[in-house]
Amino acid sequence: MRTILLIVQKEFRQIFRNKTMLPVIFIVPIVQLVLLVYAATLDMKNINLYIIDNDLSGASRDLVSKFESSPFFRITEEGFSLKNAESKLFSNDADAILNIQSGFEKRLYRENNSEVLLIIDAVNSLKAGLSNVYGTSVIRDFNQEYIKDKGKSVLTVMKAPKSIEITRQFWYNQELNFKYYMAPGILGILVTMIGMFLTAINIVREKEMGTIEQINVTPIVKYQFLIGKLLPFLIIALFELGFGLLLIKILYGVPMLGSIPLLFAFVASYLFVIIGFGLLLSTLADTQQQVMFLTFFFMIVFILMSGIFTPAESMPVWAQKVNILNPMAYFLRVVRLVLLKGSGIMAIAKDWIYITVYGVIILSLAILRYRKVS
Amino acid sequence: MTREPIIIVNNLVKKFGHFVANDHLTFEVFRGEIFGFLGANGAGKTTAIRILCGLSFPTSGEVNIAGYDIYRQRDLIKKNIGYMSQKFSLYEDLTVKENIHFYAGIYGIGITEIKKRTQQLLEELELKNVENKLIKELPLGWRQKLAFSVAIFHNPRIVFLDEPTGGVDPVTRRRFWELIYGAAEKGITIFVTTHYMDEAEYCHRVSIMDQGRIEALDKPDKLKTRYNAGNMDEVFLQIARKTKIG
Repeated sequence: MRTILLIVQKEFRQIFRNKTMLPVIFIVPIVQLVLLVYAATLDMKNINLYIIDNDLSGASRDLVSKFESSPFFRITEEGFSLKNAESKLFSNDADAILNIQSGFEKRLYRENNSEVLLIIDAVNSLKAGLSNVYGTSVIRDFNQEYIKDKGKSVLTVMKAPKSIEITRQFWYNQELNFKYYMAPGILGILVTMIGMFLTAINIVREKEMGTIEQINVTPIVKYQFLIGKLLPFLIIALFELGFGLLLIKILYGVPMLGSIPLLFAFVASYLFVIIGFGLLLSTLADTQQQVMFLTFFFMIVFILMSGIFTPAESMPVWAQKVNILNPMAYFLRVVRLVLLKGSGIMAIAKDWIYITVYGVIILSLAILRYRKVS
Repeated sequence: MTREPIIIVNNLVKKFGHFVANDHLTFEVFRGEIFGFLGANGAGKTTAIRILCGLSFPTSGEVNIAGYDIYRQRDLIKKNIGYMSQKFSLYEDLTVKENIHFYAGIYGIGITEIKKRTQQLLEELELKNVENKLIKELPLGWRQKLAFSVAIFHNPRIVFLDEPTGGVDPVTRRRFWELIYGAAEKGITIFVTTHYMDEAEYCHRVSIMDQGRIEALDKPDKLKTRYNAGNMDEVFLQIARKTKIG
């Protein structure tokens, strides 16, 4: 026991004396949580819209002002020529063109049916899809108001029968605030990075310095050394979790409906997997560069497959199967459930059991591979 | 001197693939002896010392250290030996005092005793005024003295030194050897590898290794007479030349 404490004390001394380590622990979370949550948002705002209104009627103005008042669109220019509008689309000054042809109002009143053309730059398919959804919903709003006013439908945008009115209710994240979804994800990257990188680098560093030899000729037993080595990083990573939670609460007001102690308990189990990975990778490398490279590779795969940026449910089935091996997928699921949905222990029990079994397997593998004698 | 063997090596072989690093080494080291383990770079010295310290498994052969078997009683051996390698073995980002406390603590020495003996040691080494300095701020010679003192802090029965004086000037080396003599007087057996032949003269007995084999083993004086040489340098060159030709 005393030996373990001695190693823990030594590790903390070295960590806090390291001039790059402290910024990593304190500055990185702030930068990541401030920068990435804002930057990686999928909320589409300010879609630049070019308006061609060749009708210049009351109805066309109504439609334009509907777009104007939508938070998603920003009207950058108005004109009368499609050619001019197209060149703006080409030069990226506009993301979409709304083309209202002359006779729009006339047809609306006479034939109860009229058309507008929405041209969308689809280089970024995700953005185009969202622009389309927002655009049609603006037009639908216009339509419904027109029905209310005139008692009849005019603009057919939706093929849906007129008798059905769709109302939407978004649960657990009513405002569809993307930050609520994103912030826990970034938190996941943070905790994982700190846990995995620091562990892997730390052990390889002792190899590089040659001090591991000195440790290996002492009566320190393998389990004492490993516990003493890994415990500090478990503590630091859990500290990062707390620090990060505090930051996203202050910065974004992310709701925290579930039990925070439950979350910490789960993340502690999760970190066994992550730290186990770090240890395992450190046994495969002799230099810090090598281990950084290996760790980076796993980090990227973990992050991109975890469902931070794209819903894991929309991945192909094989990818979802592979995700059973991705610890970050568990983390994201559980963190979002606990924070946003207020889920209790029963709802996350399955993930918890999986991650615990995973941790036992990875750590055993790592410990088996770690050798004091060559 | 009592001729009680404390290191017994019998037919030790270590192979890396087809390369034979240690080719049937057989020798004994006696209690209280300063035993020089000489050889050119790549002769297999470090490989052998790593096996004796339990850092590496032999391919075959018997090794007994301080009465314990290298295969089965590794843990007992480790309690009874100290080790200092050419690669630096103190933590550079810890202070002098922190290093001593850490290593001494690992060997299970009580805190009050560590504190008392640390002060004593720092005064002996004249390092009292740098006790709170980081190791990396100290000159190499001071670090080596400290590393040696840390390696014997727990009063081991044997201390293994792997090229302990690499890279320092002759005066500093001479001082280092005074420390070695001091330890030997306390009854600690010294097993030291070096390729400085002047250091070989300080040893009670030396073995000379070449290409994985021990070519000669005796007292320095006897080796000089046998090879009709003025100093150990000439002895060493003759042995190396002979094996190259043979």
